[in-house]
Amino acid sequence: MTMFSQNPLMNGPNYSFSQTPTMASGANKEHSFYPYTDNGGSTLAISGNDFMIMAGDTRSTSGYNINTRYSPKVFKIGGTTSSQDDATLVLSVVGFAADGHALKEKLDAIVKMYRYQHGKPMSVKACAQRLSTILYGKRFFPYYVTAILGGLDEDGKGAVYSYDPVGSYEREQCRAAGAAASLIMPFLDNQVNFKNQYIPGSGEGHALVERAKDPLPLVVVEALVKDAFDSAVERHIEVGDGLSMMLITKNGIEEKFLPLKKD
Amino acid sequence: MFRNNYDNDSVTFSPQGRIFQVEYASEAVKQGSVVVGLVSKTHAVLVAVKRNAEELSSYQKKIITIDEHLGLSLAGLASDARVLSNFMKQQSLSSRLIYGRAIPLSRLVDSIGDRAQTNTQHYGKRPYGVGLLVAGVDELGPHLFEFQPSGMTQEMAASAIGARSQMARTYLERNLEKFADCGRQELVVHGLKALKESLAQDKELTVENCSVGVVGIRPDGAKTIEGFKLFDGQDVKQWVDLVAEGAEETAEEGMEVDT
Amino acid sequence: MNHLPQAWGRPRDDVYGPYDGSYLQNDGPNQHSQSPIVTGTSVLALKFKDGVVIAADNLASYGSLARFTDVKRLRKFAETSVVGFGGDVSDMQYLDRLLNSLDIEEAYGSTGHTLNAQNLHTYLAKVLYKRRSNFNPLWNQLLVAGLDGEGKPFLASADLLGTTFSSPSLATGFGAHLAQPLLRKVAPDEETASKLSLEQAVEAVKASMKVLFYRDARSIDKYSIAVVTKEGIDLKQDEKLENQSWAFAEQIRGYGTQVN
Repeated sequence: MTMFSQNPLMNGPNYSFSQTPTMASGANKEHSFYPYTDNGGSTLAISGNDFMIMAGDTRSTSGYNINTRYSPKVFKIGGTTSSQDDATLVLSVVGFAADGHALKEKLDAIVKMYRYQHGKPMSVKACAQRLSTILYGKRFFPYYVTAILGGLDEDGKGAVYSYDPVGSYEREQCRAAGAAASLIMPFLDNQVNFKNQYIPGSGEGHALVERAKDPLPLVVVEALVKDAFDSAVERHIEVGDGLSMMLITKNGIEEKFLPLKKD
Repeated sequence: MFRNNYDNDSVTFSPQGRIFQVEYASEAVKQGSVVVGLVSKTHAVLVAVKRNAEELSSYQKKIITIDEHLGLSLAGLASDARVLSNFMKQQSLSSRLIYGRAIPLSRLVDSIGDRAQTNTQHYGKRPYGVGLLVAGVDELGPHLFEFQPSGMTQEMAASAIGARSQMARTYLERNLEKFADCGRQELVVHGLKALKESLAQDKELTVENCSVGVVGIRPDGAKTIEGFKLFDGQDVKQWVDLVAEGAEETAEEGMEVDT
Repeated sequence: MNHLPQAWGRPRDDVYGPYDGSYLQNDGPNQHSQSPIVTGTSVLALKFKDGVVIAADNLASYGSLARFTDVKRLRKFAETSVVGFGGDVSDMQYLDRLLNSLDIEEAYGSTGHTLNAQNLHTYLAKVLYKRRSNFNPLWNQLLVAGLDGEGKPFLASADLLGTTFSSPSLATGFGAHLAQPLLRKVAPDEETASKLSLEQAVEAVKASMKVLFYRDARSIDKYSIAVVTKEGIDLKQDEKLENQSWAFAEQIRGYGTQVN
């Protein structure tokens, strides 16, 4: 009777107002309105030598329901047009979708104003710092999202910045976030950062030599992203339907969409 | 300049029913270098002459992009224009944020008109010393609006403000019927020709001193509008050459054939 | 999400444990709504070739009491969009007044500019999100039907938390469980929806309304249905469910009077 016990007025499937308790039992009053929900989904970002890829599935859920099969959570940030085709940054948000949208629009407005006032796009580094302060600004009523910011840094290298809901951030090689983060991240550790990969026959125990951390080429990274999501879809009910990918290179942002399993 | 006793503030009428501070503000507009704006059925165009205060300085910015669908050109106090354009930028961003809609031009222009008007009715305030031509497109098509320090705003088919702008206006009036059916390039050329009329004797239109802003409606089948684009330097050469002294005749002939 | 409006916006039991209802004290400073009182049930909508079909029944319930049986839950906006309201009826009426003033404001002055369904949806989502952020939610889930800026069919949802999404077919409340699967069968994706005829869409929505009446205890057989196209809105507010067949009822076992 999970469904009915959610109603605080009743202790079971009854639905009559005569049973409404008129006085509270406890001393402290608590809001019964809970301002958050989890809309599921997963995101993933990997940086390369001269590119970065941001990806996220497009399913939106409420509990066991699928709200829609197409609700992208990867966004271009700070373009001068409504189509954002001259944007240089991407942001992915996963968690509570309404907060995610609000965060995206706030950051987008700020980066747009920066571009208007300075006549040049904001650097990823600056934007990353700014995003952190936005998130921390709501430290006591947080945006319930895990954000990842992507772009190319001043040297043209791929940059991935990952966040927690209250603004702690760090630049990383790659990051998975959202519902299937715990499924995807270990895969990335192994396949991107070559964790637990040793050169065969190089020694015993601590003498083993780690595999060299060579930067991955674009085709390999793109394949990793697809594999990561195909695997996540298989094991997580909140992930699926479609994969929206953004590929950032010096030529701009390329958008890709791939279908995922809809079950 | 010792005109009379009624020009110390903008809240006192003169016995003739004039508010001199507002009129002086309009004089500031006339000190600014000339800007021209004109619209066709598909495009709105702004052209402007930039001035440099001295040989060594850079050229003053005359055209400002506000949003994807609109921009403005200014004549008068550039710093006042900056305040107004920042406000317009904010208005237009918030329209996109709240409604997901490009702000209708008339609404935006009305909002700066209202702002300017309050400056003419409060003691201790100063009217804006700048005139604007606002060009853009919205769901009703391309528009051109004129803004004056008095708070007056008006939709125009073509307009010119700034120093010696009367000459440009005369050109625009003479050619008014042609504008509606002009293509993008023709419209810019008309704008530059009007601009040329207003130039001082020893001045010429060059790629250094000329700015062009163009915006157009969504062409058939396209998903988005032709966004407001500002052209400076070598990017305006394509049009400046068409109205250059030597090219005048051939260009003129070409135009005749078109009509 | 749980289909019962009472549970909307509450933490999920399976995640946060059973809810502590000790907030119910009759003094204290709190004035914000903590739960909906008079509620409307599902709203359904489906896109088709030239527009959107949207429907909701005419019942406003007071808990299990069918309190008001002639409440219109579809609202026209500017003769170009329809908003369907699920959840609290007084909040719906507040939003109705808000939309009235927005409509007047928009029609005033500049001629020819209107807010399309997409603009309207963005606005409503902002209102709902603002209210939830102030811990003073408008306890509704809305469907907005109409056309977007390019004149293509538009359908999207916004709820009391400010969550928004769009899909070829949408259903709120109980309908999310019962009707949405039926509608998705008719229009699994945008492409299929863009080929549906008006008749097909209306038929699918009416069939879903019937299924909901069979199984949703908070529903009624009187409903409103609207078709939004670029030609305008065809809103009918006094429809009655037809060709009901309760033959299945006697097959039902497990509760009620029979024992086996």
